[in-house]
Amino acid sequence: MYDTPLTEADVSTEDAKILARNVQVHYGTTHAIKDVSVAIGDKAVTAFIGPSGCGKSTFLRCLNRMNDTIDACRVRGTILLDGDDIYHRRVDPVQLRARVGMVFQKPNPFPKSVYDNVAYGPRIHGLANSRADLDRIVEKSLRRAALWEEVKDRLSAPGTGLSGGQQQRLCIARAVATEPEVLLMDEPCSALDPIATAQIEDLIYELRDRFSVVIVTHSMQQAARISQKTAFFHLGHLVEFGETGQIFTNPQDPRTESYITGRIG
Amino acid sequence: MPVTWLIPSILLLALIGYWAGRARALAVAGGDTRALHSLPGHHGGHVALFASAPALALLVVWLLTQPFVINGRVAELIPDSANSATGEGPSAALMMSEVRRVAAGLDLAVREGVITAGQADSPRTGADDMRAWLAGVGVALGGETGPWVLPAAQRYRALSATGHLMMTIAVIALSAAGLAGALRRVRPQFRARDVTERAVKAGLFAAASIAILTTLGIVLSLVFNTIEFLRLYPAVDFFFGLTWAPSFGGGSELGILPLLWGTLSISVIALAVATPIGLFAAVYLSEYATPAIRAFAKPLLEVLAGIPTTVYGLFALQIVGPLLVSAFGEGGVLGVTWMGSGTAAMTAGLVLGVMLIPFISSLSDDIINAVPQTLRDGSLSLGATRSETIRQVVLPAALPGIAGAILLAASRAIGETMIVVLGAGAAARLSLNPFEAMTTITAKIVSQLTGDTDFSSPEALVAFALGMTLFVLTLALNALALYIVRTYREQYE
Repeated sequence: MYDTPLTEADVSTEDAKILARNVQVHYGTTHAIKDVSVAIGDKAVTAFIGPSGCGKSTFLRCLNRMNDTIDACRVRGTILLDGDDIYHRRVDPVQLRARVGMVFQKPNPFPKSVYDNVAYGPRIHGLANSRADLDRIVEKSLRRAALWEEVKDRLSAPGTGLSGGQQQRLCIARAVATEPEVLLMDEPCSALDPIATAQIEDLIYELRDRFSVVIVTHSMQQAARISQKTAFFHLGHLVEFGETGQIFTNPQDPRTESYITGRIG
Repeated sequence: MPVTWLIPSILLLALIGYWAGRARALAVAGGDTRALHSLPGHHGGHVALFASAPALALLVVWLLTQPFVINGRVAELIPDSANSATGEGPSAALMMSEVRRVAAGLDLAVREGVITAGQADSPRTGADDMRAWLAGVGVALGGETGPWVLPAAQRYRALSATGHLMMTIAVIALSAAGLAGALRRVRPQFRARDVTERAVKAGLFAAASIAILTTLGIVLSLVFNTIEFLRLYPAVDFFFGLTWAPSFGGGSELGILPLLWGTLSISVIALAVATPIGLFAAVYLSEYATPAIRAFAKPLLEVLAGIPTTVYGLFALQIVGPLLVSAFGEGGVLGVTWMGSGTAAMTAGLVLGVMLIPFISSLSDDIINAVPQTLRDGSLSLGATRSETIRQVVLPAALPGIAGAILLAASRAIGETMIVVLGAGAAARLSLNPFEAMTTITAKIVSQLTGDTDFSSPEALVAFALGMTLFVLTLALNALALYIVRTYREQYE
C-alpha cells in the first residue's frame, strides 16, 4: 500500500516546522552528534535511519529537550520550532514538551487505568473544562490511535494489562491527547510483532494529516513505507537527508548506499 | 584425648585425606586430568568429607548421649532413701549434681597434684579424706553428704574416663576408616564432583534450617509458658482487663489493655513522625539529589539506624522530654498544662519516630529507584513537571512497596523497648492524653523478668503471654506487609 513513497515538494527552510542548525551534542567526553543541520517539514513524516549508536535517538531527544534530564548531556547549536529557539533561556521545557509529544521504544503506559493514561496530559495542562469535555478528548485520542473499538468497554481496566501493540497505541493516544504539533517516535515498533507493527504504521500514516511526525527506525522498509523524508545518520554525522524515494533509490553518498544495501550497519 | 584436641585431629585427617585423594586421583589418571570424571580437587574434597563428616557426627551424638548413660549407671548407687519420694530430702537431680561436683573436685585435686589418681579411685578412701582433699582445692561440700556420695563420684569418674577413651578411639577409627574407604573409591569414572556438590547443598540447607528451627524453638517456648500462665490466670481477665497492677505477693491484676494502648499510641505517634519525613527524604534522595549529594547523604541517613536504641532513649530522657515540658507543661510557652513530667508517650513516640526515619527512607528510596525510568520519561515527555511526575506516576507506582516499608517500620515500633523504658515512663494507664506517661508491652516484659524471678508465679509467666501477644501482633503486621507488596506490585520487565 505504501510501497511507492509519496514524493512531495521540497520543504524549504522557510516553512519547516523544526529547523536545526549546527547541533552538537556531548555526553560527558563523547561527541555524540556532530554538526547536524536539518529541516523537518510540517504535516509530513520524517524518518531517521542509521546503524545503532549513530546518534539518531539522541538527536530526536534534542527536539523536545528530553536530554535535559540527563546530567552529563550538553547540547549546542540552534533548534528552532516555528522560528523560536527551543534552547533559549526563557523557554520552559515543560511547555515545549506539551507542543512536541513523544512515543518511546518500549510501550510505557502508567500503572493507571486506560482512561487515566489518556487523560493524564489534558489534566496536567488543564485542557478540559468538564468531565464530559475530558471524556470527549479521551475518546477522540483513542480513536485517532485506532484503539477506541478495542478498549471502549474497559476504559477503567489498567493500561498495563493491554497487549504490547495495544499498549503502544495507548501511548500514542496519550501523546496525541495533549494536541501536540510535533510527534517524536523513538523506534515505536521495535518491541512489537509484525501485526502490531502494521497497525502502528497505518496509524502513523494517518497521523501525518495533523502532526509533523519524526520517527527513528531500524527498519529501512518501514522508513520507505511511511516517510516522505529520510535522514541517514552515521557516527554522529548527518550523512544524507532528502526525499525518501530518492534516498532509497538513488543515494548520493557512498555510505548511505552501503547502509541501505546492507554492507555497513 | 580431650574434645578440644579431638576435633583438630579429625580436621588434620581430613586435610591429609584431601591431599591423598587428590594425589591418588592424579595417579590413577596417569597425570592426565581429562581422563577423570571429576577434577582432582573434587576427589580430594570427597575423601576429606568422608574422613571428617561421619566422625564429627559420631562425636556429637556420643557427647550428647554419654551423660545420660552415665547418670543411669551412677543413679543405681544413690540410695532410695535419698530420692525425694517422701518429699523431704533433696531431689534426685540435686543428688546427681552433688555427685558430679564431687567428681569434678576429685578431677581437680588429681590435676593439681594434691592426690594421685590411685588415691582418688581407691575404694578404701574415706569420706573425711575426701572432704580434706576437696577443701584443699577449694571445693566446699555441703554438710549432709551421705556415705554413698564418694563411691558414686568414683564410679562417675571411672565411667567418664572409660567413655571418653572409647569415644576417642571410636571417632579416630571412624575417621581413618572413612578416609581409607573413600580413598579406595578413587577411580577415573568415580563421580566425586556429585558428592562434593551434594555436601555443599547439605551444608547450605543446614544453615537455612538453623534459622527456622530457632524461630520454631522461640515460638514453642512462648507457647508452653503462655499456656502455663493462662492456667494460673483467667484468659478473659488478661485480654480484657483494664488494670495492670502486678504484685508478687499475690492478688495481681494483669490486664493487657493498658499496655496494648500504650504500645499503639506510641507506635502511632512514631509512625506519624517517621512516615512523612522518611518518605520526603526518600523522594528527595532518589529524584532530586545529585549523585554527589546522594552518595554523601544516604549513608549519613543510614547511620541513624545504627545508633543503639539506648542512646535514643537517653536523648528522649535528657533533651526531648524537658523540651516538651517547657512547651506543654505547667508554666510552659503555650500556657497549657497537658504535660506533668518529661517522660510521656509523646516523648518516646517522637524519638522512636526519628529512629524509624532511616528505615522508611532507605526502603522507600530503593522502591522509588525501582520504578522504571521509562515511566518518568513518559510523563515528562507529556509536559508534566518533575513534581507532577513524582506525585502522579512515580509514587502511585511505588505505593505498594512504600506501604510495605511503613508496615515493617510499624512492627519495629511495636517491638521497641529501650526508648520506651527511658522515654515513656512506667505507668500503665489508659489515657487519651499523649502527654501523659504510658508504658508498653515490651517495657513490662522487661520489668516482670528483671531481678530474682520464680518462673512459676503468674506475675513472671505473664511476660511470656505478653511476648506471645507481641509476636502475633508483629507477625500479623509483617504478613500483611508482604501480602500488600506481593499483591499490588506492578510487574515491570
